[in-house]
Amino acid sequence: MNAFRSLARAMLKGFFRDKMAFFFAVIFPLMFLVLFGGIFTDQGASKSEVIQIGAVPVLDDTPREVKASLAESLEITTSSDEKDAIEQVRKGDADAVISQRGDELVVRYSQADQVKAATVQGTFQAIVQSANIAVTGEAPRFSLSTDQVEDDSLKPIQYYTPGLMGWAIASGATFGAATNLVVWRKNGLLRRLRLAPIPTRSVVTARVAVSIAIAVVQAAIFLGVGVALFGLRLTGSWPMIVPLLVCGTLAFMAIGLLAGAIAKSEEAAVGIANFVVLPMAFLSGSFFPLDGAPGYVTAISKVLPLKHLNDGMLDTMVRGEGPAAALLPMAILLGFAIVVTAIASRLFRWDD
Amino acid sequence: MTYGDVRAVDGVSFTVAPGEFFGLLGPNGAGKTTTLEMVEGLRKPQAGSVRIDEHEPWKREPALQRRMGVQLQSSSFFERLTAREQLDTFGALYGVAAGRTDEMLEQVGLVDKADIRTEDLSGGQKQRLSIACALIHDPEVVFLDEPTAALDPQARRNLWDVLRTINDSGRTVVLTTHHMDEAEVLCDRVAIMDSGRILEMDTPAALVRGLDAPVRISLAPGTLSADDARAVAGDDAVDTDESGTTITTRDPSRVLSDLANRDALAGLSVKGASLEDVFLELTGREYRA
Repeated sequence: MNAFRSLARAMLKGFFRDKMAFFFAVIFPLMFLVLFGGIFTDQGASKSEVIQIGAVPVLDDTPREVKASLAESLEITTSSDEKDAIEQVRKGDADAVISQRGDELVVRYSQADQVKAATVQGTFQAIVQSANIAVTGEAPRFSLSTDQVEDDSLKPIQYYTPGLMGWAIASGATFGAATNLVVWRKNGLLRRLRLAPIPTRSVVTARVAVSIAIAVVQAAIFLGVGVALFGLRLTGSWPMIVPLLVCGTLAFMAIGLLAGAIAKSEEAAVGIANFVVLPMAFLSGSFFPLDGAPGYVTAISKVLPLKHLNDGMLDTMVRGEGPAAALLPMAILLGFAIVVTAIASRLFRWDD
Repeated sequence: MTYGDVRAVDGVSFTVAPGEFFGLLGPNGAGKTTTLEMVEGLRKPQAGSVRIDEHEPWKREPALQRRMGVQLQSSSFFERLTAREQLDTFGALYGVAAGRTDEMLEQVGLVDKADIRTEDLSGGQKQRLSIACALIHDPEVVFLDEPTAALDPQARRNLWDVLRTINDSGRTVVLTTHHMDEAEVLCDRVAIMDSGRILEMDTPAALVRGLDAPVRISLAPGTLSADDARAVAGDDAVDTDESGTTITTRDPSRVLSDLANRDALAGLSVKGASLEDVFLELTGREYRA
């Protein structure tokens, strides 16, 4: 126990004093969270820019309250140069040009941004319809009332926090185990510890405990930043992320041990770990959702531990699922850890 | 012990008595480290046996490991810990009280470096710290693998003092080295190895005597005329140049008393064979990788 504690303390100090390791395990993934949080918040709020050529009586005659609600989604500027306005749409500087020929409202838009194109079309369709009704002088028979329903699709920050957190934990545990193994093998510390009157398992459990502690720190920082700065809302059994990240850490440590067992140098270990972790993060949906990905991509993602960690964390953190939703991912992560550790231990060497 | 087709250690047999300072000498690749690793318990011999008292070291029994101090070839430290933290950590592995750290820092002269990270220590300081880590639990037997490799002359002398203290306190010390002067100064007994075998094993003095090498007696220029030199030397070789006269003889006592009678002792120096001569005689002079 004493040996376990002093080894764990030594490893933790070693990690927190290693500015590079701390940067790549905590700050770097956090930068992505800030970046993604920023990018996708702005996009949601941006308006469609519409250029009005000359007089458009249909628009000008709409009641004031309608105009006010239009201003929320459209930014209308006026211009007399129709050619230049169309050129602006073509370049993507503006989203649509409107003009009126007699009783015909003409909307010219670009399909480059499909969401804005649809918004512009729909909005002017509605304006024309209401103008038509106004002309008949009759009260409309049908009315529309709307009510929002919580849907499965998530706000960006709700999706990216678990995904990027999964990537951070995967990097931390993989790199930690890989470099630790190679450095200690090369500097002879593994052999030195072998000659100390302690069981090998106290070295292994100390390393596991340290990796889990680092993962918990990463998760705490991610959740803190997400909630405090980007309005992340935790729903469901989010405390289940603790057992989830314990299982995830074991799975990623196993990858790290395998990389460390194969690699001859620290640089090679980092290279192998990068080669595994970065594509895994993409294929597991850490950076963008895989909803539209082809079937073979989703098939590959199914064998990647990070995919299951992400699934488990999405379900319990932001999709409002109960603790049971974490059980299958945890079982898969543990199974992965056992298989890969068994392979790594076959390749393990005490010295070079 | 074989690595692939190479027999790294082949038929080596020796015994070290309690309290002895024993040296394993040999050129690079002679099999010193592999021999030491088998003695320490890092390797199991493929044939033959190693015993420390009644224990077989490769079984790595904690009871034996607590009596053994090991310093490995590389400086094996935890990354980014200070000298004090390294000693505390190793101490905890051996269940040693924390007070030992200060004692060890004192013993190896690193008190003022206690809070420096090991990465920032000099080569000599690292070696002394790694020896302190090996001694943290006050072991009876100490194994040191090339403790002075890559040190400058000052740091080596400094470390010799540390090593002598270890042995003077009654511990058994086994060290490997390829520095002959070091073995000559420190070791009670040495084994000279090459190609996985022990070529000679004795006290350094006996090995040098056994070589029966001639002694070189040098005098300052002008102390002895050419004729006198020839007369003193008799059948021995005489060599005179601007740095003086050198007589190479197997009968130094006769030459010296002759020189004393002529009152021709200015700038006298007498050089006998050293362990290095024995070593080169045994292992040959060709270049090793």
